[in-house]
Amino acid sequence: MKIVVLPKQTFDTEAKITLDAAGKINREGVNLIMNPYDEFAVEEALRLKEKHGGEVTVVSFGGPKVPDILRQALAMGADKAVHVGDEGLEEIDEHTTATILAKLLRDLEYDLILAGWRAIDDGSAQVAGRVAEILGLPMVNMVIKLDIAEGKAVASREIEGGYEVVEVPLPAVITAQKGLNEPRYPTMKGIMQAKKKPMQKLTIADLGLGGEEVAPKVRARRYYLPSPRSQGKIITGEPAEAAAELVRLLREEAKVV
Amino acid sequence: MNFDLTKEQKMIRDVVREFAQGEIAPRAREIDRTGQFPLDIIKKMADLDLMGLPFPEKYGGAGADYVSYCLAVEEISRACASTGLTYEAHISLGCMPIYLFGTEEQKEKYLVPLCRGECLGAFGLTEPNAGSDAGATQTTAVEDGDWWVINGSKCFITNASYARFVTITAVTDRALGKRGISNFIVPTDAPGFTIRATYEKMGLHGSNTTELFFDNVRVPKENLLGERNKGFKQFLQVLDGGRIAIAAMAVGIAQACLDAALAYARERVQFGQPIARFQAISFKLADMATNIELARTMYLKAAWLKDQGRPVTKEAAMVKVFASEMATRAALDAIQIHGGYGYMKEFPVERYLRDAKLLEIGEGTSEINRLVIARAIGCYL
Ligand SMILES: Cc1cc2nc3c(=O)[nH]c(=O)nc-3n(C[C@H](O)[C@H](O)[C@H](O)COP(=O)(O)OP(=O)(O)OC[C@H]3O[C@@H](n4cnc5c(N)ncnc54)[C@H](O)[C@@H]3O)c2cc1C
Ligand SMILES: Cc1cc2nc3c(=O)[nH]c(=O)nc-3n(C[C@H](O)[C@H](O)[C@H](O)COP(=O)(O)OP(=O)(O)OC[C@H]3O[C@@H](n4cnc5c(N)ncnc54)[C@H](O)[C@@H]3O)c2cc1C
Repeated sequence: MKIVVLPKQTFDTEAKITLDAAGKINREGVNLIMNPYDEFAVEEALRLKEKHGGEVTVVSFGGPKVPDILRQALAMGADKAVHVGDEGLEEIDEHTTATILAKLLRDLEYDLILAGWRAIDDGSAQVAGRVAEILGLPMVNMVIKLDIAEGKAVASREIEGGYEVVEVPLPAVITAQKGLNEPRYPTMKGIMQAKKKPMQKLTIADLGLGGEEVAPKVRARRYYLPSPRSQGKIITGEPAEAAAELVRLLREEAKVV
Repeated sequence: MNFDLTKEQKMIRDVVREFAQGEIAPRAREIDRTGQFPLDIIKKMADLDLMGLPFPEKYGGAGADYVSYCLAVEEISRACASTGLTYEAHISLGCMPIYLFGTEEQKEKYLVPLCRGECLGAFGLTEPNAGSDAGATQTTAVEDGDWWVINGSKCFITNASYARFVTITAVTDRALGKRGISNFIVPTDAPGFTIRATYEKMGLHGSNTTELFFDNVRVPKENLLGERNKGFKQFLQVLDGGRIAIAAMAVGIAQACLDAALAYARERVQFGQPIARFQAISFKLADMATNIELARTMYLKAAWLKDQGRPVTKEAAMVKVFASEMATRAALDAIQIHGGYGYMKEFPVERYLRDAKLLEIGEGTSEINRLVIARAIGCYL
């Protein structure tokens, strides 16, 4: 079975977000990681490979540090990696990313495409869905259990108040939700062997893309940080009086009741 | 000149950090309290190929370098120094003599299971009457046909209860003094070989420290490790590498001290402000951070020298002394910054002090390492 995983490099969950002079999100000195939901996707791909045999390819679009997460996936056990660089692209959106990934995927062989259901940075949860749409593939979102048999995928997904079990023919796009699995640590041998595995670097031009095709359809007009949380207030006094004071403050100051 | 770690070194450090913080650190307090040996953690470390990290794949190792190994030692010791010492003694004292001096057959037979983590490595050098003066070894090995017959005892030997075989030093030619010492691989199930683990230690409670007793223990001829009567030179070379790793352990403990003390000082409010704002506290933390950075840079340099196959005796001794004494100081300061809470077991810093102190003693005391440095710079010409 041939599986392609689409991991994204994101800020570390503990990164402190700041804005630069131009009002853009400051990327300087920030620790970058593989989007945690994409780690579930990589892990699931490796487990399917271990069970059914085959090959796992990891593909990512982005800046010069993206090979770090691809190397991590190779160290975990993926077989090869492709990095599409973002050189020359000033602004991108989910349309840009999905267009580029889908174009690349047309040249790859696959039975299954796995991704995280959303990235923890912009949280738009769009890229995998858009890729499925462009390629005309069925897609199951937020999967917490996945079985593959006889050219079909049977996936359990969370829905409001319960679970839904769906079946789709392969090839299909599946996105991972927390709970799908527990990602492994790369082994030391895996890390040492990763450098011998193929990692291809492509530009957008190599894919025959450029200009309007990859221009964003959505433009961020402004970024701003949430206003800092103001100091908490402790109401002293007898419980009954304190409760009355709390209600008064909620009504008159906070205006929430 | 380039101070960057390679991509592999960086990934090894990051993965070991995540593993150590996730799987080992939450257990450290309990390990210290009960003194229980965390075999399950060792098993997980074996699954990650850590137990043979700096050895070639053909011996079951991961094929990484000594720099990577020292980075791993730092991260594991930062989470739990007991586990750090188990790991350090396994690789630096247990595996290394066999890797450096073993024949191909000995490596197949002994190094492979060590690298796979099927058993732990141990090295028995110290004796009741031969500590710093390891040349004064009293344990003897006498030739008897196709056998060596070993008599004597060893003390303070790390990991031996979990070993299938121990490398030990024994006198093979009394007349030659320290030039008459040889190394032997002794199976722990050999008749007459007793291992006792009854020490009550100040710290490192989760590390296995043992006494070895040899009562007419017979080992076959082929269990001689390396050349006959070259044992003294061999263990000095083993200790060079070990000292670099002990320095990495010290940096790990000191980093844990800084992590704890900085977090505490930012939170603890006295006189209306976090105590980190008082210069008396912030300068302690600044010194700690500075010393850690210096010690880390130096152990990386020493490990790099070793990877290049260059002489490293002086640098190893320097960083061992500097890092171990620095770690004890960092632990004392971390306790001080915690005030009365630092004296309590509820906080980890008192454990860090008890664990750190060993590093000024094991694998050459501070005094012995200063002797090595003084000799290297030409004091005793
Ligand atoms: C927890 C633990 C684990 C250990 N693990 C191992 C192990 O796995 N394998 C192993 O072989 N050993 C091990 N050791 C032993 C350790 O290496 C020795 O304790 C150490 O070498 C010191 O020897 P000693 O204890 O006999 O002290 P001594 O040599 O008696 O030293 C006592 C004091 O005298 C000083 N001194 C001695 N000679 C001189 C000199 N010439 N000039 C100035 N000062 C001097 C020393 O620096 C020290 O301060 C371990 C020890 C401990 C505590
Ligand atoms: C075993 C034990 C027995 C004790 N017995 C008693 C007892 O019988 N009765 C009793 O009342 N108390 C007792 N104590 C409490 C003891 O007096 C306090 O622990 C001590 O005064 C420090 O206070 P603290 O622990 O709150 O530390 P903190 O005051 O929080 O101090 C933390 C650190 O910040 C530093 N610091 C604080 N303020 C400043 C500043 N302005 N400038 C620079 N540095 C500053 C401190 O020096 C310390 O290094 C005992 C404590 C212990 C551990």
